[in-house]
Amino acid sequence: MGLLSDPNRRRALTSLVTRLNTPLCVLCYLVGVSWFMGLAFEPFMLRTYMSENAMGSTMVEEKFVFGERAISYTREFAGQKKKTGGMPVDWLVKTMKSRGLEVYTQSFSQTLPFPDEVKERYMVRGTNVYGILRAPRGPRTESIVLSAPCSEGNNNNQAVGLLLAIASYFRSQIYWAKDIIFLVNEHDLIGTEAWLEAYHDVNMTGLRSSPMQGRAGAIQAALSLELSSDVITSMDVALEGLNGQLPNLDLVNLFYAFCQKTGVLCTIQGKLQRNDWDTLPGYTHSLSTMLLMVLKQGSGHPQGDHGLFLRYHIEAVTMRGINSFRQYKFDMTTVGKLIEGMFRKLNNLLERFHQSYFFYLMPSLTRFVSIGYYMPTFGFLALILVLRALDLWVQLSDPARALEDGVSEGEQDSSPSLLSLATPVIICHLTGLALYFLPVLSQEMAIQHFPVSETEAVVLTAIAIYVAGLALPHNTHRVLSGAGTERGWRSLKLFSLLYLAVLLGCTTLINFSLGFILAVTMIPVAAFIQPHRSSKVLHGVALILVSPATTLLLSIYLYHELIEYPVSLLECWQHFLTAVSQGILDHHLYGSLLYPLLALFIYPCWLQFWNIVFWK
Amino acid sequence: MASHRLGVAVFVLVATAILAAASEPNQIESEQLQDVGGSPDAVFSDAEGGFKTGDGASETVPGQAETPPHSIETGQADSAGRRVSIEVGSDRVEEPVADEELENVQAEFDLQDAPQESEPVPTPRDHFAEELFIRPLLSGDIYTSFQFRTRWDTDLHWGEKVSHYRLFPKSLGQVISKFSVRELHISFTQGFWRTVQWGQPLLSAPPGAELWVWFQDSVADVDGAWRELTSVLSGIFCASLNFIDSTNTVQPSASFKPMGLGNVTEQRFLRYAVLPREIVCTENLTPWKKLLPCESQAGLAVLLKSEKLFHSSYHSQAVHIRPVCKDSACRETSWELSQTLGIVFDLHASGQSKREWSLFKMFSRTLTEPCPLASSSKVYVDVTDNPLGDELFDLSPAVSLQTQAVVLGDRRTFTVYDLLTPEPYGPTRSLNILLKWRQQVSGDMQRPVLHTERYVSGYGLQTGEINTLLYNSHPFRAFPVLLMETVPWYLRLYIHTLAVQSKGKENKPSYIHYLPSKDRQRPHLLEMLVQLPPHSVTKVTVQFERALLKWTEYTPDPNHGFYVSSSVVSAMVPSVVAMDTNSTEGRPLFTTLFHSTEESSYFMRVYSEPLLVNLPTPDFSMPYNVICLTCTVVAVGYGSLYNLLTRTFQVEEPSGGLTKRLANVIRRLRGVPLL
Repeated sequence: MGLLSDPNRRRALTSLVTRLNTPLCVLCYLVGVSWFMGLAFEPFMLRTYMSENAMGSTMVEEKFVFGERAISYTREFAGQKKKTGGMPVDWLVKTMKSRGLEVYTQSFSQTLPFPDEVKERYMVRGTNVYGILRAPRGPRTESIVLSAPCSEGNNNNQAVGLLLAIASYFRSQIYWAKDIIFLVNEHDLIGTEAWLEAYHDVNMTGLRSSPMQGRAGAIQAALSLELSSDVITSMDVALEGLNGQLPNLDLVNLFYAFCQKTGVLCTIQGKLQRNDWDTLPGYTHSLSTMLLMVLKQGSGHPQGDHGLFLRYHIEAVTMRGINSFRQYKFDMTTVGKLIEGMFRKLNNLLERFHQSYFFYLMPSLTRFVSIGYYMPTFGFLALILVLRALDLWVQLSDPARALEDGVSEGEQDSSPSLLSLATPVIICHLTGLALYFLPVLSQEMAIQHFPVSETEAVVLTAIAIYVAGLALPHNTHRVLSGAGTERGWRSLKLFSLLYLAVLLGCTTLINFSLGFILAVTMIPVAAFIQPHRSSKVLHGVALILVSPATTLLLSIYLYHELIEYPVSLLECWQHFLTAVSQGILDHHLYGSLLYPLLALFIYPCWLQFWNIVFWK
Repeated sequence: MASHRLGVAVFVLVATAILAAASEPNQIESEQLQDVGGSPDAVFSDAEGGFKTGDGASETVPGQAETPPHSIETGQADSAGRRVSIEVGSDRVEEPVADEELENVQAEFDLQDAPQESEPVPTPRDHFAEELFIRPLLSGDIYTSFQFRTRWDTDLHWGEKVSHYRLFPKSLGQVISKFSVRELHISFTQGFWRTVQWGQPLLSAPPGAELWVWFQDSVADVDGAWRELTSVLSGIFCASLNFIDSTNTVQPSASFKPMGLGNVTEQRFLRYAVLPREIVCTENLTPWKKLLPCESQAGLAVLLKSEKLFHSSYHSQAVHIRPVCKDSACRETSWELSQTLGIVFDLHASGQSKREWSLFKMFSRTLTEPCPLASSSKVYVDVTDNPLGDELFDLSPAVSLQTQAVVLGDRRTFTVYDLLTPEPYGPTRSLNILLKWRQQVSGDMQRPVLHTERYVSGYGLQTGEINTLLYNSHPFRAFPVLLMETVPWYLRLYIHTLAVQSKGKENKPSYIHYLPSKDRQRPHLLEMLVQLPPHSVTKVTVQFERALLKWTEYTPDPNHGFYVSSSVVSAMVPSVVAMDTNSTEGRPLFTTLFHSTEESSYFMRVYSEPLLVNLPTPDFSMPYNVICLTCTVVAVGYGSLYNLLTRTFQVEEPSGGLTKRLANVIRRLRGVPLL
C-alpha cells in the first residue's frame, strides 16, 4: 500500500494500468479460461477422501437379503396404483403400519401460476405418506430420511417397493440411534417441497397443506431413491440442488465408498470414470463431466428430490438406478445392501456433515475441484472489469490525459449530471421489473387477445418484453436532451462495470457455475464496447450474442452436445421456450432465484451496456 | 388491573386444584373386593403402580380448602361384590387383608423373617415392598414397571443422629440429613415415551436426567446446598449431574409441588433441572440396584439384567424420596423411598416370529423366590383388554387372583401373582409368566386425552420458532394445563411473539410467569396456564434468535447442535371412566346420577420431546489458520486501505539528504535558523 500512497509511484502505476490495459485484459481472460480448462486435468485435481470420522471404515456386514420381497412389494404397489389411479394412500398406510412404523399422511394442494405443459399439471392436489421408524431408546431429536417418489405411469415403482422392503428390514434392527423417516411423495418436487415446508412449519410458496402430526427432530441427512427397473446396470448420483446448492462432499464419498464395497457400477452426470487421463479423450471426458455439472448447477434447478432438502441444511443426494444394455446387472438385494450400508453409516453420525467441502466441482466421482482451486478462474475474469473500471476512472478524473491518448476529441464538458446517469439505470431496472412481473400477471389478458395457451402467453410475453428492452436507448435519449456526452457514457460504463463486477461476484460466491457462465460470456464484451459510430453494429451484435437469453440458448445447445444427444437449432429453440417457462415455474414453486436474478439484475445491467453502445 | 387480579385469582384456584392432585399422581381410589373364581373370601391387593399411595391430598397439603371430589365416594356397594373403603394413605402393611391371604402372608413372613423375631425390637421400623407391573400394549410391545418401596418410620432431620440403617440405603439417608432435603426426585430415562402408541406411563419422565428437590425451609443457602447435592448425587448414580449449574436450574412457580408431607410451597426452596443429553446405561443401573435391600440377589430384582434391559425401546429408572405420614393420625412422619424402573420391550426388534412374551424372553431369568426382606412381593398383569381371558392373548400360568383399580382415570383389571404364596411357582418352583398374543394386534391404543408434540420451525441459523402442540382429545370437556418451558439462554426468546392458538383463535393464557434469561447465568423460564378446549389442538409458539457463543463456550461437538430440555405439561385430566356416558352395565343406576361418579379427573404430567437446535458455529477445523488469516487481512488490507482513504496527501519538498541533516544539526546547535 506504500506503493499507492507515494504520488510518483502511483502515477507510474496508473499510467502502466492505462497504457497496458487492453493487453492485460486479454491476458486475464485467457488465463481465466485456461485455468478453468485445466481444472479438469487430472494431475491438477484432488482425490476425494472421507473427512468425517464417523464415516470411517466399519466392520459391519450388510445383511439385507430381501430383494425378492422388494419386487413383490413393487408388484403390489403397481397394482394398487393402477387401481386407485394415483397414489395408493390407504394401501401404503396399511403396509407401513403392519411393518411397525408410525405412519402419517400429509395432504397438500398447490395452484401453479400457469399450467405446466411439460408435466401437464395446473391444479395439483396430492398426499404424501411417511412412516417413522422410532429409534429404540432415542429421544426423537435426530432423524434420517429415505424418500421415493410416487411418479406417473410405471416409473419408480421399484423405488417404493425397495423402500418398503428396507423399512421392514430396518424395523427389526436394534442399533438405530436416529429415527428414520420413510417418505413416499406424490407429484415429485412439489410433494417434497410441501412435505419439507410442513415439516419445518414454514410457508414460502403459498402451498396449502394439512398440518403435520408426526415429526422426528432435526433431519441430519436424506437419500432420495429413483428406480424404475427390477435390475440395474449402474447407479447414478445427482448432486445439484436448488439454486446450485450442493450436498457435503462426504455424502458423495459415502455413496462412492459403498458402491465400491458392493461392487455396483456408479456414475456421475451419467458418465463412468475413465482411467486414461493422459490421453486427449480421457481429458475431454472429464472436462465434459465437469461442464455438465457446471451447466446443471448453473441452471439452479434441483436435479432430483434431494435438491429441496439442501435449503434446510439437510445434506441429501438422489440415487438413480440406470438400466442400460450392459451385460452385468445388479439385483434389488445389492441395491438394498448399498442403501443399508449408507444408512448405517449415517446412523453413526455424531454431528451434522460439516467436515468436508460444500463448494466443489466433480470431474469424476473420485476427483474433485475445491473452491480454492476454481475461484481464481473467476478472479481473473473479474479482474478485467476492475482494470477497465480503473482505466475509465483515470480517464474521467484526468480528462487531459484522456485527450492526450487521443481516444476522444469531445468538448471539455462539465461532469454529467446525476440525472443523466440515473435515468438510464432506473429505466433499465424498470424494464427488469416488468420482465419479472408482467409475464405471469398479464397472462389472462394475453390469452384473451391472442390465440395462445397460458404457458405460451407467459413465455412469449417474457420474450417480448426482453426484446422490447432493446429499443430503450433510442427512447431514453428522446426524453433526456443533451445527455449524450463523452463523459456521460464513460461514467455510465464505469458504473455498469462495477455493478456487473459486484453482481457476478455475489452470484459466484453462492453459485459458482452460474457466475462463471455469465462472466465468461458477458465480461469480455462488456469490457470493450464503446459508442463508436463506425462499429456500432458490430458492438451491438456482439452484445446480443452474450445477452442472458442467448447464453441460455447456447447453454442448452452445449448441454445436449455433452450428453451426446445433439439437437437441431429448432429443437433447441423449443427447449429454450420450455426452459423459460420452467425457470419461472421453479421460481414460483420452489423459490429458485435464477429467474429473479436474471430479470431484476443481470438483464438490467446488460441493458445498461446496450445503452452505452447506442449512446448519442 | 382488575382483570389481571382476577386472572391471578383464577390461576390460584386452578393451581391449587392441580397442586392437590399433584401429590397423588397415580391414585388408587378405592380398592375393590371381588369374588373371583367362586372363592368366598374376597382378596385384597394393592394394585397401584405408581409411587404414591392414594388419599394423600388431604394429608399432604394441610389447609387445603377443597377436597377432590373423588375422595368422597368410597364405600359404595357394587353388584359384583363388596366394596370397602380403605385408608391406603399411610400404613400399608397393617392394612386389613382378607383372612386367608393374611395368614398366608404371615406364614411366609414368619418363615423368612425368623431371625428378626428373636431381636429385641419387636417390630422393625422399616418395611420393604416390591412389585412388578406388566401391561401388554396393543402395538404388540410390552410395558413392564418395577417398583421397590422402602419405608422407614424415623426422622432423619430432627432428633438423635441416625446411624443404624437396615433397609433404607445409608448413602441416601446421609444425603437427606446432610443437605436437609425434604423431597428428592431423580429420574434417568433413555428414550421417549410414545404416548400415542403406548398410552399413559405410570410415571412419566423426560429423556435424559431430571432432578428436582425441595429443601427444608431451614436451609439458608439453597443454591449452595443444591450445588453440593448435585455433585454428591452425581457420584452416587455415576451420572453427569455435576453438569447442573445455574444455567440449567430453574425454580418453577407452579408446575412442581411437593408430593409428600409439608406445607411449604415457597418456590425458593425448590430446584429443578433437566439434562436432556444424559445417556443412561449400565453404569447408572448398577448403583441404582445397589440401593435395594436384596440388591439383585433375590426377589424381583433378579430380573434386572442389563444386557436385556437395554435391548428395549424405552428405559426409565427413578428414585423418589419423600416424607409421608406414619399413620392415619399423621403425628409422626416416615420416609419413603420409591425406586421405579419402567421398560418397554419392542416386538419387532426382538426378532420373534411367534408373537409371545415371557419373563424369560424379556429378562432371561425367571422368578423363583421373593426378596426375603420384603413384606409384599407381587406381579400384576394388566388384563383389561382381555376380560374373558382368551380374546387377545393367553396368559399362563393362570391364577385365580384378580383385582381392579382405577389407574390414571381408567378402570383396569389385573391378574395378581403373589410371590409370597407358593401358588404361582407351580411344580417347577419357578414362575415364568407367559403371554401369547392370539391374533394380529390392531396396534391402535385408545388415544390419550392429553399429549404433546414439540418442534423447532424455520430454517437458517439466525432465527427460529419453538412450537409446542397440546392435544386435548377429550370429546366434550375442556381442562386447564400448566405448561412450563425452560429454554437455555443462548436461544434468545422474543417473548413478545408468544402466541397461543386453539382452533384458529387466540387463546389467552390466564396466568403467565416469565423469568427472562441472563446470559451465561440462568435460562428462560416460562410457565403459563392454558385452557384447552375440547377436541382441539393448542399451539404455543415463541420465536427466538440464536446467539453466537464465545469460542470456548462451544461443546466439543458443536455441529451436533444444542439441546433444549423437554417442556413439562401438568394437568388435571378428565377421567376416561367418566368419558363413556352410557356404560351402565355392571353398575347400579344410582351411581351414575351425577355425571362423574368414579373419579372426575386425575393428575398427569406429560413431557414433550427435547429439541436439538443448531447454533451458528465457526469452523473449528483450523482455528490457527483462521486467526492468522483474519489478523493479516485486518492489519494489512483494511488498515492501509483505511489509511489511503482518510489521509490527505501533500507533496513534500525533497529533503537534502544526509549532508543537509548534518548541517541542520550544527545549525541548531548554533542557534541559527534551519535550512
